[in-house]
Amino acid sequence: MLQVRFHGRGGQGVVTAAEMLSIAAFEQGRHAMAFPSFGSERTGAPVVAFCRIDDREIRLREPILAPDVLIIQDPTLLHQVDVFQGLKPDGYVLINSTRSFDELGVGDIVRKFRHERLTNVPATEIAIKHLGRPVANAVLLGGFAALSGLITLDAVSHAIRDKFSGKVADGNVAAAAEAYEYIRNELLELSHA
Amino acid sequence: MHKQIEGSRAVAEAVALCRPEVICAYPISPQTHIVEGLGELVKGGELTRCEFINVESEFAAMSVAIGASAAGARSYTATASQGLLFMVEAIYNASGLGLPIVMTVANRAIGAPINIWNDHSDSMSQRDCGWIQLFAESNQEALDLHIQAFKLGEELSMPVMVCMDGFILTHAYERVDMPAQAEVDAFLPAYEPRQVLDPADPVSIGAMVGPEAFMEVRYLAHAKQTMALERIPQIAAEFEQRFGRKSGGLVRTYRCEDAETIVVALGSVLGTLKDTVDELRNDGHRIGVLGIQSFRPFPLAAVRAALQGAKRVVVLEKSFSVGLGGVVSTDVRVALSGLHLHGYTVVAGLGGRAITKDSLARTLHEAMADKLQPLTFMDLDWRIVNRQLEREAATRRSGPIAENLLRDVGTVASKVH
Repeated sequence: MLQVRFHGRGGQGVVTAAEMLSIAAFEQGRHAMAFPSFGSERTGAPVVAFCRIDDREIRLREPILAPDVLIIQDPTLLHQVDVFQGLKPDGYVLINSTRSFDELGVGDIVRKFRHERLTNVPATEIAIKHLGRPVANAVLLGGFAALSGLITLDAVSHAIRDKFSGKVADGNVAAAAEAYEYIRNELLELSHA
Repeated sequence: MHKQIEGSRAVAEAVALCRPEVICAYPISPQTHIVEGLGELVKGGELTRCEFINVESEFAAMSVAIGASAAGARSYTATASQGLLFMVEAIYNASGLGLPIVMTVANRAIGAPINIWNDHSDSMSQRDCGWIQLFAESNQEALDLHIQAFKLGEELSMPVMVCMDGFILTHAYERVDMPAQAEVDAFLPAYEPRQVLDPADPVSIGAMVGPEAFMEVRYLAHAKQTMALERIPQIAAEFEQRFGRKSGGLVRTYRCEDAETIVVALGSVLGTLKDTVDELRNDGHRIGVLGIQSFRPFPLAAVRAALQGAKRVVVLEKSFSVGLGGVVSTDVRVALSGLHLHGYTVVAGLGGRAITKDSLARTLHEAMADKLQPLTFMDLDWRIVNRQLEREAATRRSGPIAENLLRDVGTVASKVH
């Protein structure tokens, strides 16, 4: 079972991101369950959302305590919330930022994990370019598809179109594709380095 | 058709497939996305021959449902938590009058302290109100139970509550198999009321009944619930035959063959519990799970039959009778009358406290060693409890409890759960 934990703030579409990932997994014929960390929703408050993916029916309903994947939509949370709590040693981390892990001040923490599974992507900038709005949730899913290979970009695009329609869907699909390419290039550079 | 959708949406679509004629709801928290979805389906013209009525309170919601049902309309509403409490007077009327309204209760805690999260306090507070109460383990079962609920309620002329865990199920996206309209139509016949307010054939409904017949009217309500004990498994079997999956029924056992320890629970925690029991079984422990799907009527015989071979019974419940202990466990004890079994009550998950596999495994290990307290509050933070008790012993004006405890806990934002 693959367990993905999303961290962001109220209003950033964190819960929607987890739901879209579950739809993408469903598209690929897998079982998936997405759910939010429940609370009264306030814009700007730290929000956590979860997605489990498996090849059989998922019965477990506890919050994800030992994630395989962390998707951090808002890097200002890095020094406010213990986002790395429980992350598995071979886990993936994707941070929405133009800055490197060292520049973000988490270099020491992430050195405990596999460096080729940790990356940042300027998802907000990509979202603004395609959507005119700083909504990075779907963009990060495109990035996650490239980083992990655990989900296809096609399935992500499908999930976006399931949730949104018209220009918003088109913009998000294009932005997710750009994030996908961005991270593929990053990984290529990393493997040549 | 398989879909990956939110639990609330799945229930809304299932209710729409049942062709309700009146849906009434008070559209504010603690309302769920269910009636929001149904409102969209009515407004968008997908659900026809149905009137959606926005009312001014939950009391009005149940009152409108009563009026609509008495006029012969298939009626539906949904609520939770304090909203359920606000409709209580009308809830007793719906059952007392024998009107087959179906209502979703998206289970949530009851304040004070204010809390919007999941537990079973709301529907347990209404266990004696005369409604049938069915509990869903998953979103698939929640949507299936609504289809069964209309059939069951209308046959017996009794209202049915379908209880599903608030947030944990209502807000979860998971795979559901949504039946086709024709399949539901074949399973659920058109509503044929036993009593109806019809100007062409006038009757009155709701007479005052004095001591000469009140007990008999009440007894008949009990007699009907007893009939429901027979119909619930039959309807579940008919449902399985038509739709190809097990949903509903009275109780379901899981790995209970040769089990020395059986854990009894209801609702969505059954999933986490089954995963925990699988791991304990892998370690050689003889342990199983009994899920209760029908809480009212309470299936005394089925519970007894499932538990009588065990050495010990642990009732895991998200409800709590202050001053006594477990709510479900009290009923389970009635079912086990005369049997010599170790019995434990574990209260867990109140007000949205996460129920984790680790905590369950730890608690069940203690139970299997017969070291568990008869009444255990799982994962209780004794530190803040004792600090408050000390404060109260030390000073008269010790202040409001909830505020004191929040101060002692400090910020919780840095925790993941």
